Formats: sequence, structure tokens, C-alpha cells
Amino acid sequence: MLNLLKVIGQRIALGLMTLFVVSLIIASIVELLPGDITQAILGQSATPETVAAFRAELGIDRPAHIRYLEWLKGMATGDMGKSLANKREISDLVGARLSNTLFLGGFAAAIAVPLSLILGLLAALYRNTIFDRGVNLFTLTSISFPEFFVAYILILLLAVKAGWFPGISNVSTDLNLSEKLFRTLLPAMTLTLVVVAHMMRMTRAAIINLLASDYIEMARLKGVRPIRVILYHALPNAWGPIVNVIALNLAYLVVGVVIVEVVFVYPGLGQLLVDSVSKRDVPVVQACSMIFAGVYILLNLVADIVSVVTNPRLLHPR
Amino acid sequence: MNLFKSFLLIPFSAKAGLSVIMIYLFVAIFAPVIAPYSETEVLGAAYEMWSDKHLLGTDSLGRDMLSRLIFGARNTVGIALAAVGLAFIIGGSTGMLAAILGGWYDIIISRVVDVVMAIPSLVFALLILTVLGTSIPVLILVIAVLDCTRVYRITRAAAMNIVVLEYVEAARLRGEGFWWVIRKEILPNIMAPLLAEFGLRFCFVFLFIAALSFLGLGIQPPTADWGSMVKDNATLINYGDITPLLPAAAIAILTVAVNFVVDWLLHRSSGLVDIA
Repeated sequence: MLNLLKVIGQRIALGLMTLFVVSLIIASIVELLPGDITQAILGQSATPETVAAFRAELGIDRPAHIRYLEWLKGMATGDMGKSLANKREISDLVGARLSNTLFLGGFAAAIAVPLSLILGLLAALYRNTIFDRGVNLFTLTSISFPEFFVAYILILLLAVKAGWFPGISNVSTDLNLSEKLFRTLLPAMTLTLVVVAHMMRMTRAAIINLLASDYIEMARLKGVRPIRVILYHALPNAWGPIVNVIALNLAYLVVGVVIVEVVFVYPGLGQLLVDSVSKRDVPVVQACSMIFAGVYILLNLVADIVSVVTNPRLLHPR
Repeated sequence: MNLFKSFLLIPFSAKAGLSVIMIYLFVAIFAPVIAPYSETEVLGAAYEMWSDKHLLGTDSLGRDMLSRLIFGARNTVGIALAAVGLAFIIGGSTGMLAAILGGWYDIIISRVVDVVMAIPSLVFALLILTVLGTSIPVLILVIAVLDCTRVYRITRAAAMNIVVLEYVEAARLRGEGFWWVIRKEILPNIMAPLLAEFGLRFCFVFLFIAALSFLGLGIQPPTADWGSMVKDNATLINYGDITPLLPAAAIAILTVAVNFVVDWLLHRSSGLVDIA
């Protein structure tokens, strides 16, 4: 038990360390801003004085380590500075959008995780049959499709041709839950199609891997039904890799929303990030990147810890 | 003739995949000959329908859609290949050195790779492109740096297994040079997983560039590119027109084809691939 806590502590420390290094990288990106770029942001007519004032606003005129510490303190306390484009507080811009993005990601996960588990179990149960081949072909193709392709096909079929769903998911805070779910169904379906393939393949692989072991052979020889072998004998031992893959894919979901949000004009953090990139709004881009990176690292950390907890062999390396 | 015979022996999916890749390469190389018009010339009104003059209609600025689709093969595939190639040069050489030298070099590079892999690549690419601006060399470099981490890991893991074997030791003892050992003893034995990885990386990079272009941050207009072509003409979808989906389909078909080939390569060399 003590050993387990020690390993988990190590992983958390490693995660914090990574977060620290990533924050250093994100903060120091501004250092790369060459003079002509500041000119490009401000426009052709910028005088040297306005450029100097702009650099002071970004804080580039002060020593780097002091600026980094201030930025870090600001990020931790929720004061992320002001947007360059419209002088608004970044925390105001980010707040509602972050919850929208998490809502969309959570919605997609709520469909994708059970679906991929069931499909993976069925494919393992009926392995090497037509069903298995069909699912395999389907997942291989859906992995290969760009997100926006899937999104536009869904829009074309379900929004434009059939007219069942809105092609644009404009949600606002005053909508009730069912209306909100209805409007975000198409983006959630897109994300589901993108991540289900990977999760399902890993579920199938994890279970089939175990089916070769002796205790499964034993269970089968004593006449246990195939479905019971998979659910009660193989699945408990396959949870580790499966949960690991689920956490990794959730991390992907949170970052992968960027493109889906742009397609569906969904007011989330990804949309804000892309808008700010094209406006060259450096402080907003920094804040959004830090949030995305933080969530991503956190979910990867969870995946890591889960795989340690469910596989005691990892506690004793070598 | 021999090549043709061995082509017939491979499974159908891989055969189809290889044929599709060949067609894409042909179109990419001979784009100026095949395309009816130039990729940048404005020829008519915006959003013309499919007709004899413009087989797939015109785009949002009145440029010929088919010609842009054909030139897009050249630009999108070319940049993806350049980025993956660079990623393999960086990742492959550092990974190989890490496996051979070991020690501090290995530890330091591996930690750096861990950190870079912990950053979501799309976010990182957006951040860099904000600061440095979008140009094709920057694009290739950013993607190569982000992607060389996985190449590093797989090369290092595969080479590690070979470096410890007796015949490598024997080659070293009989006084063969450093590069000779890499070229003659190690490289031929890790080629199979590296080749499969090249395919997988290509798919990933290809989709990544498409995504960046779709967001308006990849290949810049007026150069024809499949990702930005989808974005620019997306409004047509609201009228039930499938033209904007064609470039996206072009991306999808190539990635499916490469995946089929990779699947076959992995299957053929299985056992070597699980080490990563």
C-alpha cells in the first residue's frame, strides 16, 4: 500500500514538473516575437513609440523571469491579463467558453465510452466473424477521416438534407438542458465517431490478448459460456489498459474539440483559441494554450495512475 | 516482372491501398499536365455549378475547382512528405544515437521527448504559428519537431533490441566503424517497424496539416490546398452541394489507403511492432 502511494506520488510530481516546463515554454514563446511581428500586429502605420508602448503592454521590456513569475501567479489566481484585441479581461472571455467546451467533451464522452466498450466486447466475442471484420473496417476508415470531413457529412445528411438538427450549434447560458443537448448533438456525434474507433480497437485487443492465457482456457474447458468468459473472467483483468485508453482519448477529446467547434460555430474555448491566433492576440492564446495543456496533462496523469493501480506489476519495475 | 508477381501476392486491401497511393503520386507529379487550368487563375463567377467547362464548378473566388483539387495533391501531399521526412531525419538519428550511446545522452533526450509529448500538438502548433506567422518552411519545421518525438521513441526502442545482439558486438570487435555498424547491422533490422511508422506518421501529419489549413493557419492562399479548400467553400454545404466535400474526401481516401498498406506491413512484420 505504501509502495502504491509512493508510486502515485512520483507520478503526480512528474506531472507537476511537466506542467511547469510546459508553462515555461508557453510563457517564453512571447520572447520569440521579433520586432517586425509587433509591427505586423499593430499595422503598417505604427510609429516606433507605439511599438515600444505595445511591448511595454506585453511586458517585454521587463526582465523575463519576473514576467514569468507574474504570469504564473496570475494564471493560478485567475487573473490572466487583458486581451490585446478588445482590452477585456481574459478570465471573462474564458470562463463561459471553458464550461461550454467541457460540456461538449463530456457529452461526447458519455456517448463514446459505453458505445466503444460494448462494440469492443462484441468484436472480441465474435472475433474473426463478418461482424468483427465489418467493425474493423469501419474503425480503420473512421480513424483516417479528418474531423471536419465527418462533421460536414453529418451536417449535409442530418441538418441540410433531413433537416432534423441545426447545422450550427449556438448555445447560450439561458437554454435549458434538453435544448442544449439537442443543439450540441451533431458536434458530439462527430467527436464520438472520431474517438470510438481507437477506444473500441483497444478494448478488443486488450480482451483478445487475455483470451490466450491459461485460466481462460481452463474456464472454457469446464464449459463456461463464451459471454460469461469474457464478462467475468477476461474483463476484470482488461480494465487497466481499457481505462488507460479511455483517459487518453478523453484528453484527445478536449483538444480535438478545437476543429469541431470551428465547424459548428460552437462558442467554446477552441473557437476562442483559433480566433485569437488569427488576430495575433498573444495573451489570450497563451491563456487558452495553458488551459488546454493543463487539462491534457491532467488526463494523461489520470491514465498513468490508473494503469499503475490496476497493474500491480508496474509497482516493481525490473 | 518479379515486382509485378509479388504485387499480385499481397492481400486485396493492401493492393487497393498501393494502387491509390500510386494514382495520387502520379497526379501530384504530373499536376500541371493533367489540370485543365492553373490553380490560381480566376476564370469565372464564384460558385459556378458543375459544367463541361468547369467539371467540378468554381470556388468562392471563381477558380476552377478540379484544377485546384489536382494541384492540391501536389501541395498538401508534398508538404506532408517533407515534414515526415524531416521528422524521421531528426527523430531517427537522435533515437539511433540514444540506443547506441546510452547513458546521459539517452536520459536527457528521453526526458526532453517526454515533455514535448505532454503538450497537445495542435495547441502547440497554434501557439508557434501565432508568434512566427504562417509560412511553409515554418509549418514543415513545427510539424517535424512535434512529430520527431514518436519517431525517436520507436527508433530507440527498436534499435535497443538490436544493439545488444551478438552480431553487432562481433562487428564492433572486428573493428568496423561507427557508421558502418549503423548502416549495415542495425538499420536493415529495424527497417520494417520504421517503414510502418513512416506510414502512420504520414497519415497523422497529413490530417494535421489538413486541420491547420482548415483553421486558416496552414498552407496560405492562393496556393491550392485541400484543407483550406473545404473551409473556403463550406457555405455550399448548406445548399446541399457536395463540392466542398471532395477535397476532404481526397484526404480521407489517401489516409485510408496508407492505413491499409500499413496494416499489411504491420501484419507481415508482427512481433517487431509491439515494442513501442
